[in-house]
Amino acid sequence: MTSRTAALRRIWHRAGPILTILAVLLAVWYASAVALNAAWAKDKAKRADTVLTFSELVSDTMSQDKPLLPAPHQVAEEIYKTTVLKKVTSKRSLIWHGWITLSATLLGFAFGTALGMLLAVGIVYSRATDMSVMPWVITSQTIPILAVAPMIIVVLNAVGVSGLLPKAFISMYLSFFPVAVGMVKGLRAPDQMQLDQMRTWSATKATSFWKLRLPSSMPYLFASLKIGIAASLVGAIVGELPTGAVAGLGARLLAGSYYGQTIQIWSALICAAILAASLVALIGLIEKITLKRMGMLS
Amino acid sequence: MNWLIYALIFWLASWALNVRIANSAPSRFKSILVPMLFGFSLLGLWEGLVSGFNISPILLPPPSMIAARFASSLPILWEDFVQTFVKGALSGYFIGCSAAFLTAIAIDRSDFLKRGLLPIGNFVAALPIIGMAPVLVMWFGFDWQSKAAVVVIMVFFPMLVNTVAGLSAKNEIQNDLMKTYGAGYWQSLLKLGLPAAMPFIFNGLKICTTLALIGAIVAEFFGSPIRGMGFRISTEVGRLSLDMVWAEITVAALAGSAFYGTMALIEKAVTFWHPSQRS
Amino acid sequence: MSEAVISAKDLSLTFETNDGPVHALKDINLDINKGDFVSFIGPSGCGKTTFLRCMADLETPTGGTITVNGMSAAEARMKRAYGYVFQAAGLYPWRTIGGNIRLPLEIMGFNKSEQSKRVTDVLELVELAGFEKKFPWQLSGGMQQRASIARALAFDADILLMDEPFGALDEIVRDHLNEQLLQLWARTEKTIGFVTHSIPEAVFLSTKIVVMSPRPGRIADVIESTLPRDRTLDIRESQEFADIAHRVREGLRAGHAYD
Repeated sequence: MTSRTAALRRIWHRAGPILTILAVLLAVWYASAVALNAAWAKDKAKRADTVLTFSELVSDTMSQDKPLLPAPHQVAEEIYKTTVLKKVTSKRSLIWHGWITLSATLLGFAFGTALGMLLAVGIVYSRATDMSVMPWVITSQTIPILAVAPMIIVVLNAVGVSGLLPKAFISMYLSFFPVAVGMVKGLRAPDQMQLDQMRTWSATKATSFWKLRLPSSMPYLFASLKIGIAASLVGAIVGELPTGAVAGLGARLLAGSYYGQTIQIWSALICAAILAASLVALIGLIEKITLKRMGMLS
Repeated sequence: MNWLIYALIFWLASWALNVRIANSAPSRFKSILVPMLFGFSLLGLWEGLVSGFNISPILLPPPSMIAARFASSLPILWEDFVQTFVKGALSGYFIGCSAAFLTAIAIDRSDFLKRGLLPIGNFVAALPIIGMAPVLVMWFGFDWQSKAAVVVIMVFFPMLVNTVAGLSAKNEIQNDLMKTYGAGYWQSLLKLGLPAAMPFIFNGLKICTTLALIGAIVAEFFGSPIRGMGFRISTEVGRLSLDMVWAEITVAALAGSAFYGTMALIEKAVTFWHPSQRS
Repeated sequence: MSEAVISAKDLSLTFETNDGPVHALKDINLDINKGDFVSFIGPSGCGKTTFLRCMADLETPTGGTITVNGMSAAEARMKRAYGYVFQAAGLYPWRTIGGNIRLPLEIMGFNKSEQSKRVTDVLELVELAGFEKKFPWQLSGGMQQRASIARALAFDADILLMDEPFGALDEIVRDHLNEQLLQLWARTEKTIGFVTHSIPEAVFLSTKIVVMSPRPGRIADVIESTLPRDRTLDIRESQEFADIAHRVREGLRAGHAYD
C-alpha cells in the first residue's frame, strides 16, 4: 500500500508539473481563441443587426469556418475527420500526407546519418580532412539551407529528379551536421589511457575502432540522431513548400495559408508535431535498448 | 574536356598541399590557411566542372558568374539584407532571446515550473516550429513584423532550455559557499548563477543565430512585400535566374557566418575562464 | 578559556530515502570551546561532514539543538559567524584569486578600500602574495586550496569550519599546509572545526579529537590532546604522538569503524 502511494507520488512528481502547465496552455489557447475571433463574431452580428450575449459570443468564436485562431477542439475534430474517417489513400487524408512527408524524412535521415558518420570517421582519422573539412561543416550550418530549398527543388526537377529525392536531399543536408559533430565527439571520447591500453595490446587501427572508438561513441551518436531526425522532418516540410502544394504536410500548410483555411493549417501543424515527437521517441527507445544491451545504461 | 582535367588536377594538387601543411607543425595561421585552400579548391572544381560538362547556367551557374551578378546587384542585395536580416531576424532574435532569458530567470526559483516547463521546452524545441510561419503571417501582416514574430517563437524555446540548464550549472560547493556568506537570492544570482550560466547562455545564443536567419527567410515564402531575401529567392527561382539566387545565398551565408562569428567572439571574451575556451 | 562557542545537545539528523530512514547523526553531545582546534575523524558515513554542515546551517537537524556563539545555527549564518572551507577549493573560475577573496566581502558590504586591504592581508597570511591577479586555473591544487582558506579568513569570523580541506592533495603538500595552518591558528586565535579521515593529520593539528563511528553516526570517543599548542612536524616522531594516535585507533575500532 505504502509502496503504491510512493510510486504514485513519484509519477505525480514527474508528470504533475507537465500536466499542470499543459492545462494552463490549453486554457490560454481557448482564451486567445475567444479574444482573437471575437472581432469577427461581433462584426458579423453587427451586420445582422443583432447583439450577442456573452455566451453566444463565446460559442460563435469557437465555431467559425476560418477563425483567426481555431479552438483546440475544432483542430482535434478536423484531425479526427481527416485521419480516422478518410480512407488512407484519399488525398484528403492527413495520414496520406503525413506518410509522404515521413518517407522523405526517413530517406533523407538515412542518407544524412550515413554521410555524417563517414565524415566523422574521415575527420577523426585524417588530420588533413579534419583541418580542411571541419571548419566548412560548421560554416555550412550558418548558411540558412532552408532558404535554398526552393532552388534545389526546382533545379533537381529540371534535371528530371522529382518526387521524394529532392526533399530527401534537403533533409539529408539538415541531418548530416548534428550526426557528424556528435560522432566526431563520440569517436574522440575514449581517453588517452584507454587508447594507450589498446596500444599495449598492439591492436590495429581497425580493431581499436571497432572495439573501442565505435562503442564509446554510441551515447553521442544517439543524442545527435534525435536532433538529426527532428531536423530531417523540418527539411522535408520546407522542401514541400515550393512543389506547387501537391502533397505532404508542408503542402497542407501552404494550401491552408493560400485559402485562409486556418483549421487545416493547425491540424497539419499538430500532425507534424506528433510526427516529430514519435520519431524522437522512437530513437529514444532504440537508444535505451541498444545502450542497455551494451551495458552503458545504469 | 580540358577544363575538366585542369579542374581535377587543380583540386588534387591543392588537396595534396593541404595534406602536407596539415601534417607539418601546427600553427594558428595554418589552421586558417588549410580550410581556405580547401574552400578555394572546391570553387575551382565547381568552375571547372560547369565549364567542362557544359552545364547550363540555368541549372548551376559557375562561381565567376555569381560573383559578377553579386557585384552588379549590390543595391538590391543590400535592400533585401536590411529587410530580412536587420528588420526581421535581428529584432526577432533580440526580443525572443531576451524574453526567454527573463522567463528562465523567473521560473528558476520554482522547482515546479522548471519540472513542468523543461520537458515541454525540450519537446517544442524539436518541433517543426517553422510551420507556424503561415499563421503568424496571417496575424501580423506581410511586412517584417510577422518575420520577427516567427523568429521570436523559433528562438524562444532553445534559448529557454539552455538558460535554465545554465542556471542549474553552478556546483554544490559554490552554492553552499553563498549560503555560508548569508547571501540573498539576487546576490547569489548576480555573483554565481549568471556567470556560471554564461557558457550555456552563449551556446543558446549561437544556436539561435542560425534559427533566426532561417525563420526570417522562410517566413517570407508565405507572403512578403516586394523585397527581402526570401522573397527574392522564391521569385528569382521562378524566373530561373539562378545566379541572382546564388548571390542571395552568398549574402545569407555571409550574414549567417558573421552573426555566428560575432556571438562566438563575445562568448570568447565573456567565458574566457571556461575549459573549452582556455586552450 | 572554557566558554563554549559551539554546543550540540542530543543532536540527530535522519534522512528519508527510498530504502527507509538513514540515521546520519544520532544523539550527538559536544561542546567546542573558544580557541580550540577540534578534529572530527571517522570512516565515511560516520556523519562527520554532516555534523560540520549542521554547525554551518547547511543541513537542518531533525532533533536536538545546536548553538553557535549562543545563537541558533541559522542566526549565526546570517550574522556571518564562521568561514567555511570545502573539500574542493570551489573558486569561481571567472574571478581572479583576488576577486574570489573579495567575493564574500562584496556580499557583506565592505567598502572598496577595506576590501583591497583585507585581500592583501589574507593573501600574505596564506603566503600567496603576488598571485592576486592570477586566475584559479592557473594555480596548482595546493595553491587553490590556500586561496580558498584565504577567502574564508577574509571577513575575519571567529570560527573556521574546514571539511577535509586537504583531502585531495598529495602528502608532501599536505604536510606543508598543515604546518602553515597551525601557524595561522596560533596567530589568529580562531576556533577551528576540522573534518579529516587521516589519523596523523588529526593528531598533529588538534587540541581535541572527536572520533566518530557510522550506522548511526555518533561520537565514539573524545580525546583531549596532551601535545603542546606550539608544535612542529617533528612532534610526529615522539612517543606522546604515537600514544594519542593509538587511542584514536582504539576509538575507531571500538566504534566498529574497521568492519
